Amino acid sequence: MSARRPYVRSMDGWWRRDPFFVRYMAREATAVFVVAYALVLLVGVLRLSQGEAAFNAWLAALRSPLSVAFHVFLLAIFVYHTWSWFRIMPKTMPLILPDGRRLKPGLITGAGLAAAALLCLAGFAVLMGVKP
Amino acid sequence: MQTERQPPMTEPVKTIRIEVLRYRPEQDSEPVVQAYEVPFTDDMSVLQGVQYIKDYLDGTLSFRWSCRMAICGSCGMMIGGVPKLSCQTFLRDYYPAGLRIDPLAHFPIERDLVVNVEDFIRKLEGIKPYIVPKEPRTLEQGEYLQTPGQLEQFLQFSGCINCTLCYSACPQYGLDSKFMGPGVLALLHRYNADSRDGASAERMQLVHAEEGVWGCTAVGYCSEVCPKGVDPANAVNQNKTASAMDYFLRFVTPKAVANKGAANKAGAK
Repeated sequence: MSARRPYVRSMDGWWRRDPFFVRYMAREATAVFVVAYALVLLVGVLRLSQGEAAFNAWLAALRSPLSVAFHVFLLAIFVYHTWSWFRIMPKTMPLILPDGRRLKPGLITGAGLAAAALLCLAGFAVLMGVKP
Repeated sequence: MQTERQPPMTEPVKTIRIEVLRYRPEQDSEPVVQAYEVPFTDDMSVLQGVQYIKDYLDGTLSFRWSCRMAICGSCGMMIGGVPKLSCQTFLRDYYPAGLRIDPLAHFPIERDLVVNVEDFIRKLEGIKPYIVPKEPRTLEQGEYLQTPGQLEQFLQFSGCINCTLCYSACPQYGLDSKFMGPGVLALLHRYNADSRDGASAERMQLVHAEEGVWGCTAVGYCSEVCPKGVDPANAVNQNKTASAMDYFLRFVTPKAVANKGAANKAGAK
């Protein structure tokens, strides 16, 4: 008779076991807030279709202190979202071998973050009506 | 009988507290923590600490080890909750707080620090982890030629020593062990990305499955803990692209060509 009795450990609370997993879960959770903001914008489109008065009321609602606080909170979340996804990007891409050697992961992350920052600034400039 | 290790005269003997998760199936209904006070010197690895326990304090402690130099892949343990090779982790880095050692996470515990890796071995066998030549080749045809670019495509992934640390770092494997897991998928990629190999279409059938690359959610911890810099997360995610390409290309290419497209044989520079 075999004396073997393999013990399987529980996975309960696995993501709290390691700071790496906590950061991973935080990254995944940011997606919920991206959806939340997409809904805010979708409501804007809906209000636009209902006429000028409805759209202006929506714009006014966005300027309320609560809404501004929500936007600042979302901005922080989106910055983390952007940073965490570009951080994992070197691991998700095919090998790039410009001189026969693998591109440094930091370079890929940095390029992604720089592109994101530039696009944000460009978008901001366009929205603010600044002519380049 | 071996004589006690003597630290150098100039150095006072330091003692470190090592907590080990013990499981003796014949007497323990579940694992229990046991603590030992282990004298150590700054050059002692965690493995040497555990060996000291077995040699001088408690001969019943079970653990796996072999080479003591990070190439056999036998001595993986959770050290302070992180999967590490105990032979290349030093006790001094845990002094004076002490350390806790668990068997590798996500595997069933066989006894003490020994885990059951049968599932990993079975999956490893399943991917044909060897080069399957495209066609029979005679000696007269000479050796295979590869460009540095073609070599680079798989060289990194060939460093795997089957230590299974990446499995202990992968919550997806812990939650559902049907997932092939980082190590096996990295080795699968090592052969699929090799220009000499001809079995990638066959291996891609394993990649496409839910238990293949799609079980991965890009946690990325596997690549952090790998003692050989293999980067399994990259191998898995490159194959997500390959698998998706294979799926969509089938609509625009004849069947035979579509299968070749799955081979993911980039890299000829």
